[in-house]
Amino acid sequence: MKIHEHQAKEILARYKVPVPRGKVAFSVDESVEIAHNLGGYPVVVKAQIHAGGRGKGGGVKLAKNENEVRQYASQILGMQLVTHQTGPEGKRVLRLLIEEGVNIRRELYAGLLLDRAAAQNVFMVSTEGGMEIEKVAAETPEKIVKVHIHPSTGFQPFHARRLAFALGLSGAAFKSAVQCFTAMYRAYEDADASLMEINPLVETGDGRIIALDAKVNLDDNGLFRHPDISEMRDLTEEDPFEVEASKSNLNYIKLDGNVGCMVNGAGLAMATMDIIKLHGGMPANFLDVGGTASAETTAEGFRIILSDKNVRAVLINIFGGIVRCDRVAGGVIEAVKKTKISVPIVVRLEGTNADVAAKMLNESGLSFVVASDLTDAAKKAVTATKA
Amino acid sequence: MAILLTQDTRVLVQGITGGEGTFHTTQMLAYNTQVVAGMTPGKGGQKWEGKLPIFDTVEKAARETGANASVIFVPPAFAADAVLEAIDAGLKLIVTITEGIPVRDMVRVKNALAQSQCRMVGPNCPGVISPGIGKMGIMPAFIHRAGKCGVISRSGTLTYEAVKQLSDRNIGQSTCIGIGGDPVNGTSFVDALRLFRDDPQTEAVVMIGEIGGSAEEEAADYVKKEFKKPVAAFIAGLMAPPGRRMGHAGAIIAGGKGTAVEKIKALREAGIQVAESPGDIGATLVKALKR
Repeated sequence: MKIHEHQAKEILARYKVPVPRGKVAFSVDESVEIAHNLGGYPVVVKAQIHAGGRGKGGGVKLAKNENEVRQYASQILGMQLVTHQTGPEGKRVLRLLIEEGVNIRRELYAGLLLDRAAAQNVFMVSTEGGMEIEKVAAETPEKIVKVHIHPSTGFQPFHARRLAFALGLSGAAFKSAVQCFTAMYRAYEDADASLMEINPLVETGDGRIIALDAKVNLDDNGLFRHPDISEMRDLTEEDPFEVEASKSNLNYIKLDGNVGCMVNGAGLAMATMDIIKLHGGMPANFLDVGGTASAETTAEGFRIILSDKNVRAVLINIFGGIVRCDRVAGGVIEAVKKTKISVPIVVRLEGTNADVAAKMLNESGLSFVVASDLTDAAKKAVTATKA
Repeated sequence: MAILLTQDTRVLVQGITGGEGTFHTTQMLAYNTQVVAGMTPGKGGQKWEGKLPIFDTVEKAARETGANASVIFVPPAFAADAVLEAIDAGLKLIVTITEGIPVRDMVRVKNALAQSQCRMVGPNCPGVISPGIGKMGIMPAFIHRAGKCGVISRSGTLTYEAVKQLSDRNIGQSTCIGIGGDPVNGTSFVDALRLFRDDPQTEAVVMIGEIGGSAEEEAADYVKKEFKKPVAAFIAGLMAPPGRRMGHAGAIIAGGKGTAVEKIKALREAGIQVAESPGDIGATLVKALKR
């Protein structure tokens, strides 16, 4: 799950990671009031969307007085902010973070994530703060220092010192960094985060270390332990169809093509998208209806797939193992009768009782296109979109 | 001889009294798997369906029934604890079916596994089947045939698809291992390939990978170095958009890494035959066998 910068900083602050003072605002008046309460200028007006590169897109402004806060807040609130991560259509800004300005001496980078191959968390720092870390990794990998954290010891003071020394810090800033990294790791572990990125982490003119920006992603599987963090989910940042699907426990991701797909199992669902492309079509979505594929989930799947107006044909690909194909066929027939579907439906059912299922579909009086195997199904679905 | 699940495997089912546990224990027994006990804390002393003894702890189940392997159907919040208990009891093989275990828990479990003699397969997987011997998991047994091809996969139903294509061509399987769709798992492609290398029954291997992580690239390196048996592969997710999790927790292209294109390239450079289409996995293995 993704959260906003202001929410990430709220979590970090609980663990005493130093962050600038500030608050979220949903209106211009609120922005002005928060700025006023911060007790001095300049303040920073920051667009809150689930994407990076907000500064370059005009979503971050430094305001020197109340009038500027008013001016920038009204400019940014409601704008379609386009960054390299949003796509050309951009994302609508519905909330701002108003926070105190910070006297920056140096911009650094700190990040925490899982090293999958090592099955250990890795803490990374770099002196090249404020840049895209992927770019630093590609061009000057020697400028990224990585420290792996072994699960049997957890994060130790020596880890923190190694990271702080690697950044060339000394004196008060060194001490501040050691505390900051220790607190970051605790926050990362405790919150079941899957990514924590502070870019930039800044050294201030008076030798403090502050998380000027913050990105925290959470492990969806760990959310059950954190009802407070689960509440931070902002549905306006997500595709409405995907939100709808997730309510029915369906895994749906919208794509740009015109062949709707309904598949049981994530791997087979990906493979079905791939084979559609291979035969000259484009998938309209990824949809995993799960292991069971009942009449209810099938009906819900149809509703979601067909709410996408680009869809010209639907391909149902179910490998019935434990679940019997005749049951799935019954569900599909029932769902189609209820839903009134105007596009061609190609059905491929394989596994237990597949022959009975094919007979049921053929005798249902509905115009299914029955496919014999995966390749046949893909070809028929692509042909159907061109009819 | 198959790998992992053999004639000597005596299976304990953790979470046997839940809906999933009950259903799949019935299926495993129907396939003549040597299931010897069940375990659900608080239900020790009872009998499961009048057939199998239920125990409160893994340790006692192992001591009294000689169970040396466990298949876990425990909800995600309690699954890591179940695995750690099985490791502590000294079981040799654990198959974790559970989907949705937090990564933080799996990092701890992986560390405990590294310090033990135990092998874990999964989590978030269909399990392990050695056709003709038994199954620990949820896969449909009837699509399998006993034979000489090993199968390793990160997926569930896509594995069934591949297995069916093999069986339809009269290519039987020695053992099929679902290593699971999570970012941290007990057994990697390389671990499974090593076991197949040392298994005289296995003459070829099918590998089903997907986007995310670098396990396929590591497998390619390993095959290049020391795996001499023919290998055919398929990688799912060529059409997957970057940054999106495709159903499996581990199936995500992050920071431009873990794409299907990179993986296919690495596998081909290692001399592995890669199927373009998921409809051609069986045919690709036939091609690999002829070379």
